[in-house]
Amino acid sequence: MPLQGNLRDFSTTQLLNLINLSGRTGTLMIFDPVPTGEKDAMNNEKMAPGDERARVAFAKGKLVHASLSGQSGDLIAVLNKAGKLTDQQANILRERAKGTADKALAMRLIGANYVTQNDIVNSIKQFTQDVVYNLMTWNAQPFRFDDASMPPNERILVPIDLENIIIEGARRLRETEELEKHLPNLDMALKFPNNPKEKFKGIHLGVEEWRVVSFVNPKNTIRQIAKANNMTDLEIRRVVYGLEQAGLVLLVPPAGAEQKAATTRRAASSRRKRQAPVQRDVVSKLIDKIKSI
Amino acid sequence: MQTVKMVVTGPFSSGKTEFIRAISEIEVVSTERDLKKGTAEAEEKEATTVAMDFGRITVDEDLVLYLFGTPGQRRFDFMWEILAEGMLGFIVMVDSAKPETFREAKSILETFRAYAPTPYVVAANKQDHPDAWDPEDMRIALRIEPEVKLLPCVAKERDSVRDVLLELLYTILEEMD
Repeated sequence: MPLQGNLRDFSTTQLLNLINLSGRTGTLMIFDPVPTGEKDAMNNEKMAPGDERARVAFAKGKLVHASLSGQSGDLIAVLNKAGKLTDQQANILRERAKGTADKALAMRLIGANYVTQNDIVNSIKQFTQDVVYNLMTWNAQPFRFDDASMPPNERILVPIDLENIIIEGARRLRETEELEKHLPNLDMALKFPNNPKEKFKGIHLGVEEWRVVSFVNPKNTIRQIAKANNMTDLEIRRVVYGLEQAGLVLLVPPAGAEQKAATTRRAASSRRKRQAPVQRDVVSKLIDKIKSI
Repeated sequence: MQTVKMVVTGPFSSGKTEFIRAISEIEVVSTERDLKKGTAEAEEKEATTVAMDFGRITVDEDLVLYLFGTPGQRRFDFMWEILAEGMLGFIVMVDSAKPETFREAKSILETFRAYAPTPYVVAANKQDHPDAWDPEDMRIALRIEPEVKLLPCVAKERDSVRDVLLELLYTILEEMD
């Protein structure tokens, strides 16, 4: 039976919980929401699935693979992101190992002492988890779970227990909410302050910060910088927040950038009533009657 | 003569009226009103229940079972408490093919549980629909405890409705023990 709906009605956390508890195998696909102009049963705008945005695979209730559309999820990108391969090494490998399956490439990299098996497993785990933590912040996308679909054979699948992901995801969600409050619009751009040399003097930036700084330009939106660096929304927000708080960058609106809105929630109240006293034989009579219908 | 009451509740368009119609021995006394054209609800169905649906099953000359269906739209929820008064048990209908209504179904379930500590079952209706969720997935989605019966249902089929009613009666019996 299909498992489909919208994250607005059934969140990523709830989906992960369902997949975990039912021990499912298959792939969860999340799509861009496309307004249909119709209303659903709850009077909300009905959204049809548009382009695919993410794909998360599970085996017997464990997370095994995750990728975002438009971001490379191959082994080279994963190791590069984890800092196990430099940008230069990644570029060389991309040229030399064109068309090589991830599994075969992993063997070659281990054999050449570039990385260890642990490096590969941990990097893939981290990459997969980061994608899923990012999905946990989405709240309006149509989804579908396909029991028959699994990632291609050449991909390396690392099983990860979902319980910890769900707990950690919930914690990050709170952090994300704080960051989103501070930086609600990723279509804003960044620029350096008037005296950047002074500001950067004596500052030690990490790899991620340098990657972002190298793209700082009022023409580049934060979203574009994230995409260029293969970073999730949470990661870019965290870095930009740090840089901005340190006075190293300023937020500026790029030409044509538009603002977007948020969503709401509701609650209910109740009172107690007495239960009518009914005898056991009355219920038995009812059972006999209903059986005879 | 003793009368016994059961309530059939659930979100808008979950199949409550259909459920009662399938089993009632009398033409259901319905308080349906045509929906205003152009509204979201009107796209789902032409009429909706504004006060209650009322069905009857006569057991013998001393005992009658009444089935009351609640109005599904929230703006009529002032009627729910009146209908819940003295009920023997209740059935929560959920449209298996409309996950957007699951949260509402859960909220209605909790509201009725608070009205009275009576036994209840959950009917995963429209299981014949191609987009219907599996009942066990719905149990997790709705966070229904394992001891609560969540039953597959097709409200337009009398046998299916009968099975749901029977399960509710068995639950009532078990809780009397």
